[in-house]
Amino acid sequence: MVRLLIEPVLNGIVYGLLLFMLSSGVTLIFSMMGVVNFAHASFYMLGAYFAYQISSAVGFWPALVLAPICAGILGAALERWGLRGVRQHGHVAEMLFTFSFVLIIQEAVQLIWGRVAVPYAIPEELSFSISAGVGINYPVYRLFMVGISVGMFAALLLLITKTRIGIIVQASLTHPEMVGFLGHNVPKVFTFVFGFGCGLAGLAGVIGGNMFSTDPGMAHALGAIAFVVVVVGGLGSLGGALIASLLIGLLQNVSISVDGSLADLFRLANIQVGTTGPIAELMHLSLNRVAPLLPYLLMVVILAVRPRGLLGRRI
Amino acid sequence: MVWAGCALVLLIIPLAPTSGFALSLSSQMAIAAVFALSYNMLLGQTGLLSFGHAVFMGIGGFVAIHVLRSVNAGEWQLPLILLPLIGALGGACFGLVFGWFATRRSSTAFAMITLGFGELVYASAFIFVDLYGGEQGITADRTLAPKILGLEFASQLQVYYLIMSWAFIAAVLIFIIGRTPLGRVALATRDNAERVAFIGYNPNRVRFLMFVLSTFFAGMAGSLFAIDYEIVTYGSLGLSASAQVLMMAFIGGSSTFVGPIVGAILITGLQVLLGQYTDLWILYLGVLFAIVIRFAPDGLAGLIAKECASWRLNHIRGRSVLIGLRTIAAVIAAIGFVTLLELASRAKTASVGGAVLRVWGTHVDVMSPWPWLFAGICFLMGLISLRFVHLAAARRMSVADVNGEPK
Amino acid sequence: MSVALRMSDVHKRFGRVQIIRGVSLDITQGERHAIIGPNGAGKSTLFNLISGRLAVSSGRIELADKNITGLSPFEIKRRGLSRSFQVTNIFPRLSVFENVRCSLQWSEGWRYSFWRLADAIPELRRKAELVIDEIGLTGRSSTPAGVLTYAEQRALEIGITIAGDTSVILLDEPMAGMSLVETQHALELIRRISSNRTLLMIEHDMNVVFDLADRISVLVYGKIIATGTPAEIRSNDRVREAYLGTKVADVASS
Repeated sequence: MVRLLIEPVLNGIVYGLLLFMLSSGVTLIFSMMGVVNFAHASFYMLGAYFAYQISSAVGFWPALVLAPICAGILGAALERWGLRGVRQHGHVAEMLFTFSFVLIIQEAVQLIWGRVAVPYAIPEELSFSISAGVGINYPVYRLFMVGISVGMFAALLLLITKTRIGIIVQASLTHPEMVGFLGHNVPKVFTFVFGFGCGLAGLAGVIGGNMFSTDPGMAHALGAIAFVVVVVGGLGSLGGALIASLLIGLLQNVSISVDGSLADLFRLANIQVGTTGPIAELMHLSLNRVAPLLPYLLMVVILAVRPRGLLGRRI
Repeated sequence: MVWAGCALVLLIIPLAPTSGFALSLSSQMAIAAVFALSYNMLLGQTGLLSFGHAVFMGIGGFVAIHVLRSVNAGEWQLPLILLPLIGALGGACFGLVFGWFATRRSSTAFAMITLGFGELVYASAFIFVDLYGGEQGITADRTLAPKILGLEFASQLQVYYLIMSWAFIAAVLIFIIGRTPLGRVALATRDNAERVAFIGYNPNRVRFLMFVLSTFFAGMAGSLFAIDYEIVTYGSLGLSASAQVLMMAFIGGSSTFVGPIVGAILITGLQVLLGQYTDLWILYLGVLFAIVIRFAPDGLAGLIAKECASWRLNHIRGRSVLIGLRTIAAVIAAIGFVTLLELASRAKTASVGGAVLRVWGTHVDVMSPWPWLFAGICFLMGLISLRFVHLAAARRMSVADVNGEPK
Repeated sequence: MSVALRMSDVHKRFGRVQIIRGVSLDITQGERHAIIGPNGAGKSTLFNLISGRLAVSSGRIELADKNITGLSPFEIKRRGLSRSFQVTNIFPRLSVFENVRCSLQWSEGWRYSFWRLADAIPELRRKAELVIDEIGLTGRSSTPAGVLTYAEQRALEIGITIAGDTSVILLDEPMAGMSLVETQHALELIRRISSNRTLLMIEHDMNVVFDLADRISVLVYGKIIATGTPAEIRSNDRVREAYLGTKVADVASS
């Protein structure tokens, strides 16, 4: 039983870290600018598609570096020439503007690369498995993903706490006007942070796109879950985003592999559950069928019980 | 007065030459208009941004269609005319439960909750196949209901009048609600939710009540949809439907009553008419949305209202000339932009679908450079002209400032 | 004389920082009471505590002998205590008339009703127009509040505060940013509207304070160091020392 769970748990951690790469960018942008970047998952998708395009030309490793940069530059451009002008109209307008780009990027991707998934594949060098003990072989690429995401988190922490730009960013988080009065170009800081956040999303796309599928629907699929993560973890909390990402990653991956239902659970205790009526239907639903619902259920529960999320500030 | 005029127009539409098409398009627009009006009760009236409003329209539709099925099977006796009320109540019940804990949060949190909840319901559609009908959806027959006044609703004309009547009633009710004490304090909540507490109102209660009322009308739109198409699928609940109504309300103009109606008509028209010619209409819609947010956040109706007010104050010929120039430049840029994209789209599939594209009434060869050049120049010229006009307008404004003239 | 508002040993802490360190004050019914003190003394915080915008860390606040500690702002407003804001806090997109009418709706009993047109309620209109006359904005009734001049907005701010059944008004620096002429007008307005109500006011303008107030309390570092009539405060050494410095000496000797 335990052995059966090892692989889902490992998968859960990998997926959770990928979610964290996405949600950390959203959290960063929200903390700084008060804007929920709905287009964040779209940059994830762009990162994957850029990586596909670049790796078809020059290979995976250059793509790993170049694709996130491209995504970041695009994000920065979006902020500089689009979002910055919308700021005067208020937070709602800013959110809607990022939302419009979900649509635009989605359609643009379909226009350029078509509606079918593209064959963005794991590089040769990493497409083998290693033994993880107890007779399980685990794909090395997934471990590589873990490495990249942990490395990214560490770099982010260092950047924010130890560098000059990081300190300015921290200050702008709570007192953007004051930072401006001190002579720093705050709009530029905003552009940088937004671009950086989008670049992070792009990086997630580079490593996630070939693990999972690279198709026009990937932004929607992951984006919705990323928002659940942000809500569960708490708007504005990086630590909360990490915990929530891992939680939801584990939840999803473990539940998909469990083929039992509540009725089975009761049967273990020798209680028979009837088979007719809506309640019975619910009881006989196997966990792997409701797996897609679980993150959203978790979100609903959190919102009812602790609305500010696990580690969020009071909202 | 205006209401009577509108009612008259709606009554006359069936007499139009392309009657059949006009009827079905008008019905579609009416349903969209009710949905958009219900949405604007949240956005424009109370300052609540929802990304999951389609859920309540969908629920209303599913409730209505299930009830209609029961009526078809003879289990219940309910004339078709009353079905929209049932769907409305269904939507409102759901709205009651959801709204109770969603409206207690700040507006940013509210937006995210609606997004997540919409996804939850959408995802659950495949699990509860009996309720949502899975891929095929749920169907029913609107003609198999107890007849009132001999009306069977088999003909498009009768359905049109049924939908229009309910849509008209809904619009009137929403208008009236906006002018009640609740509606007025909802506007105040939109402006300054904090201060509302200090004038004796619980802002969350205000939001909650407006939310429930809004879901009532969303449910009504859903049941009208069910009556019109006789089928409801899980697609009605999804994010794209929620995004569409958001765009309708915003592009039309969330600060006026007619704005959402304008937006509904515009976007439904775009979808039906433009969708016949190109697959890219969603992209154009997205770009339009972004442009409206950036340059005209009051929406089209708001823009027109502002210009009318400005016109009433000072009849300035110069200003209208500039507006005219701007429009022309924008149209040129748009033509260039659309042509470029259409060319690109066709070029992608040239090997399969042939290299000839029918655009603006002429045939062009996608492979030759001339159409691309022409479109590119159009686009650039349009943008440059816009910039020019913008600078000229700014100079005019500052000159008027210096001279103390009205602008 | 009955006590309109009573604060008993009120403390307020933000984390480890003590802002209000034990304030006890009785405001008598019908008096005009001013609170003065240096910047950062905690005056606005005190108002926030009384009006329910912030929760007290400890202590008790009573309105007409009823405990209002920990109630939400709208509950406190419904019991008859209303406040204005130092930074104008109006409804910018609504007209002046709408601003005032909304402030009246609850106390007139209309609550959350959505089955009656607000325009069709003559009583609401009449009372709103009365308030607008009082604050001197009669000609600007249909102007959106956001485009009013600063002084007009301050007047509207007061108008929103006094609309409805209020027995105790809290005014937070109502003269902030006003010119001499505007201050005079505002002073007359405040004198009028507080003639049958209890007034608690934060102000920096000493001329206004000594002219208007029946009693003055001095708040320094979260504690009230003196309460008394203007004459008593003028001659209070602790007050001079802590806050007024030479200013009061000048005013006192003038």
